[in-house]
Amino acid sequence: MVDVPRQVFLDHRTYRRRRLADLARVLPVIGMVLLLMVPLFWVQGAGGTVTSHAILWLFGVWAGLVVLAAWLASRRLEPEVDPKSGPRPLLSDERGRG
Amino acid sequence: MSKTVLVIEDEPNISEAIGFILSRDGWRVANHFNGVDAVEAVRTRNPDLVILDVMLPGRSGYDILQELRASATTADLPVLLLTARGQSKDRELAESYGASRFMTKPFSNAEVLEAVRDLARD
Amino acid sequence: MGSLNVLIVVCLSYVAALFAVAFAAERVALRGRAHWLHSPLVYTLSLSIYCTAWTFYGAVGNAARSGLEYLTIYIGPSLVMIGWLWGVRKVVRIGRSQRITSVADLISSRYGKSNLLAVLVTILAVVGTTPYIALQLQSVVESFASFAAADPESVPGAGRGGDSASTALWVAAGLAFFTVLFGTRNLDANERHHGVVMAIAVEAVVKLVALLAVGIFVVWGVGGGVSETLARIDASQLGHWQMASSRWSGLIFLSAAAFLCLPRMFQVLVVENDNETHLRTASWAFPAYVMLMSLFVVPIAVTGLELLPAGSNPDLFVLTVPLSQGREGLATLSFLGGFSSATSMVIVASIALSTMVSNHVVMPIWLRAHGGGATVSGDVRNVVLLARRLSIVGVLLLGYFYYRVSGGGAALASIGLISFSGVAQFLPALLGGIFWRGATRLGALSGLIVGSAIWLWSLFLPSVGTGVILPASVLEFGPFGMWWLRPHGLFGITGLDPLIHGVFWSMLCNTTAFFLVSVFTFPSPMERLQGAQFVNVFAHSTAPQGWQGGAAQSEDLMIMAQRILGAGQAQALFQDEARRQGLAGFLPEPSAGFLQRLERELSGSVGAATAHAMVGQIVGGASVSVEELMAVADETAQIMEYSSQLETKSEELARSARQLRAVNEKLTQISVQKDAFLSQISHELRTPMTSVRAFSEILRDTDGLTGAERAKYASIIHDEALRLTRLLDDLLDLSVLENGQVSLNIRSGTLAEVLDRAVSTAVQGGRLTILREPDNEMIAIETDFDRLAQVFINLIANAQKYCDAADPVLTLAVQRRDGLIIVDFIDNGSGIDADMHGLIFEKFSRVGHHKAGGAGLGLAICREVMARLGGAVAYLPGQGGAAFRVSLPEKPAIATQ
Repeated sequence: MVDVPRQVFLDHRTYRRRRLADLARVLPVIGMVLLLMVPLFWVQGAGGTVTSHAILWLFGVWAGLVVLAAWLASRRLEPEVDPKSGPRPLLSDERGRG
Repeated sequence: MSKTVLVIEDEPNISEAIGFILSRDGWRVANHFNGVDAVEAVRTRNPDLVILDVMLPGRSGYDILQELRASATTADLPVLLLTARGQSKDRELAESYGASRFMTKPFSNAEVLEAVRDLARD
Repeated sequence: MGSLNVLIVVCLSYVAALFAVAFAAERVALRGRAHWLHSPLVYTLSLSIYCTAWTFYGAVGNAARSGLEYLTIYIGPSLVMIGWLWGVRKVVRIGRSQRITSVADLISSRYGKSNLLAVLVTILAVVGTTPYIALQLQSVVESFASFAAADPESVPGAGRGGDSASTALWVAAGLAFFTVLFGTRNLDANERHHGVVMAIAVEAVVKLVALLAVGIFVVWGVGGGVSETLARIDASQLGHWQMASSRWSGLIFLSAAAFLCLPRMFQVLVVENDNETHLRTASWAFPAYVMLMSLFVVPIAVTGLELLPAGSNPDLFVLTVPLSQGREGLATLSFLGGFSSATSMVIVASIALSTMVSNHVVMPIWLRAHGGGATVSGDVRNVVLLARRLSIVGVLLLGYFYYRVSGGGAALASIGLISFSGVAQFLPALLGGIFWRGATRLGALSGLIVGSAIWLWSLFLPSVGTGVILPASVLEFGPFGMWWLRPHGLFGITGLDPLIHGVFWSMLCNTTAFFLVSVFTFPSPMERLQGAQFVNVFAHSTAPQGWQGGAAQSEDLMIMAQRILGAGQAQALFQDEARRQGLAGFLPEPSAGFLQRLERELSGSVGAATAHAMVGQIVGGASVSVEELMAVADETAQIMEYSSQLETKSEELARSARQLRAVNEKLTQISVQKDAFLSQISHELRTPMTSVRAFSEILRDTDGLTGAERAKYASIIHDEALRLTRLLDDLLDLSVLENGQVSLNIRSGTLAEVLDRAVSTAVQGGRLTILREPDNEMIAIETDFDRLAQVFINLIANAQKYCDAADPVLTLAVQRRDGLIIVDFIDNGSGIDADMHGLIFEKFSRVGHHKAGGAGLGLAICREVMARLGGAVAYLPGQGGAAFRVSLPEKPAIATQ
């Protein structure tokens, strides 16, 4: 199994893992605020925003999100990946044995 | 006027041997090779005596015998039962179904002849 | 040689390379050595078909026209993937556990396997995707044209219309060929298209490298560095970005929705996914990929605006900027990037659409036309494959005609977002279906109908061009003067951007209708079952049952399954299930669990609705029991959990009881047979002896026999003596085999040798026709040839004796699978009754009461011989006639004792 069992003595680590999973869930919300909402507050009308500033902000945030997502993904946080391997399609190499 | 024997037996060689022996003795011999329509064959040919094998394709000899005994026209017809399984159980079964005579394969030709003559005399 | 000719050569070699890659990947996958094909990297790269030619070329054009707005179509999907734990993972899990084949299948399956919904989704998907395919063709044509314009040797403007049309036609035909070749090799949509996926992954790398190369050239080669380039951007006409806030947020939402709903994205994201954990990598790698794709867009746009004469098409800057600088190599690379974007999109989109069209439109019609549904004769598999191939060609033709009719140009360029907003209409039904138990079929239907009607009216029809379908007066004053129905000013709201206006109204009305109708209608039991399974896919993976079996005939089910899945896969499935139930052979009990599993397997080939209908035709009537309804009503996960444990236990009990019963039955039968054994032996020995005795007495006692008679009787005695010898030989053989005292004479050679020998020995005279596959028989084997031939002779002789067809035909089919050599002997007679299957390999058991010469020891000997040779022989049900399967290990692992 991928996961450490739920309630073993390593409570501290389990707790941290769950909070990191919360972070992983909130990450797209953070991204939405920074990428979607923040530009809405920028100067509008005649002048507009300086394009290079906008580029630096948007790509900076974007890269930050990618790095954070990669880090979270490397921690394998998703809790229920195959908890008790329910029915699943046969893998091709399991077929036709016998 | 010679009497008729109907031989109901699926092994053609055995059938031929019995036919040979009996015709030499002056019998008219008819052959039938399966169990399914054996009773019908008995009715249409109306023989004086029937030689019946137990292991027939389609229907067992015991079944045929029971049906013959149940019908009024053939209830008293002499029937010589042949079997290749010589267990005492089979003999009892044959008698309880009303076989006139019971004979185990392989038989000697003289035995068959004698049994047929006996049955015809009764 | 002109650059155009070089380009054509490069382009053709690239296409050839793609074919080679796809072909190699298929080969590797076939040999089962495809672990690297299943890497998360390949999966992530395949997701890049999101970036089509429209984004490859169009992003720069978009940036030149409206600044940073092009970023919205990348930001939306990035956020969806970063938030994979919310939605994507659930869709993928459902897709895998329910063997979903397309977005139409998902929606139809969720709402009670409704085919009407599937048809609606399919039509909408075809309408939305066709212009998009046309757009890809256009991009290829235009990029060719821009090379032609720059090529001094080509005749300027020579037959432009005819040329572009034929280019488009060639591209469409080539793509159709590739897609049919690699996209419809497997029937089961869940068996992934390795070749296609691999080719797409390669194309993904090519388009990224191409765009990065142009970008690097522009920033460092032309611009002189990062800070200089940023300064140039600020100094250019794009220096100050005027954001339209409604479009910024609206387009991010729209692209996020489309990412989930586009048929081609669903295909790569869900259907081609074979490991859920790949999502973990894709969650950051895909956003990184699209970020890199968009990184150099503004610099390229600014450079193009600076360097190229005013009025040049900014959509082609990616090509024309390097061309204008004399960098033909770079331009060629960039052309390949655009070409890759276009072709990969078209390939996957046509696979996805063809699956939908064939499963939800063609197959239901075909099944209805053929009345019997599941029990029709003929190979359903071929029909499905044909339907899929024709659909691919049809979809591509449709795209080509759309391109010809619309004439290319600006009208087509705007179609990308229109297409997005069309498929976004699936979103309420999709998300509502997987997160909300209360969503109903009628709700989904009303939402889809309302949403797509508004989309059609306010976005799609106007996009075709003013005056083509909608006259200008309607656009300005509404139909019949009803001002509140103006396509771009619905309900009197004006002043919005037309796209945002259409998306806003269609999604709002769609969601409202979906929600309200769902609230006020009552779902059918099947909908509630499916709803529970979809919404709680993580909580209880043990599926509630859709069928109460028992009445179903396993053999009928097997016949049907073989027609759809193909013989090998169906037999493996049935055998596996039988083993799980603790039964020998190929026929499991039609338990509810098995029927559900079978239906899921079938739905991988023909879609959930059709599979359900086909199983229903065999199983008949009531599909949902009271217990299952109660299971649906049980809301708490605890109760579900508890009852599923109970279910497992009672299932275990039932299974051991079944095993016990089977063993007991067999023991009883064997003891009866042991009893019968002696009396059988007696019978078999006495019968020939009777003839021997009678005729020898006749020869001895009778005088005056003719010579002919003597000869005849003597030969009868001789024949019967031989028969006795044969019987004794068989008995002896069997007892030696059973005691394991047999010594094997192992040689090596080919299977064909053994079969040749067996056929020539067994068939002497007789009417039996034997069909063989000489190519398949050239398999090297290492075994006891005499013993194997003995088995084959026996099986052929059996067919000769018992096959009751008017023109008896015996088919010998050879295949290799999982390290086994399998030889099937299938005749065209009436077969053997199911209740005899377990008995025919026992001693002295003869099928029926045919007196066919043998003593009934043949198959018993065959079974023992095969066991000694390390293989097996079994009866194979559901083949029409009697069928026996002999299997032999490729590597000799002979049981020695």
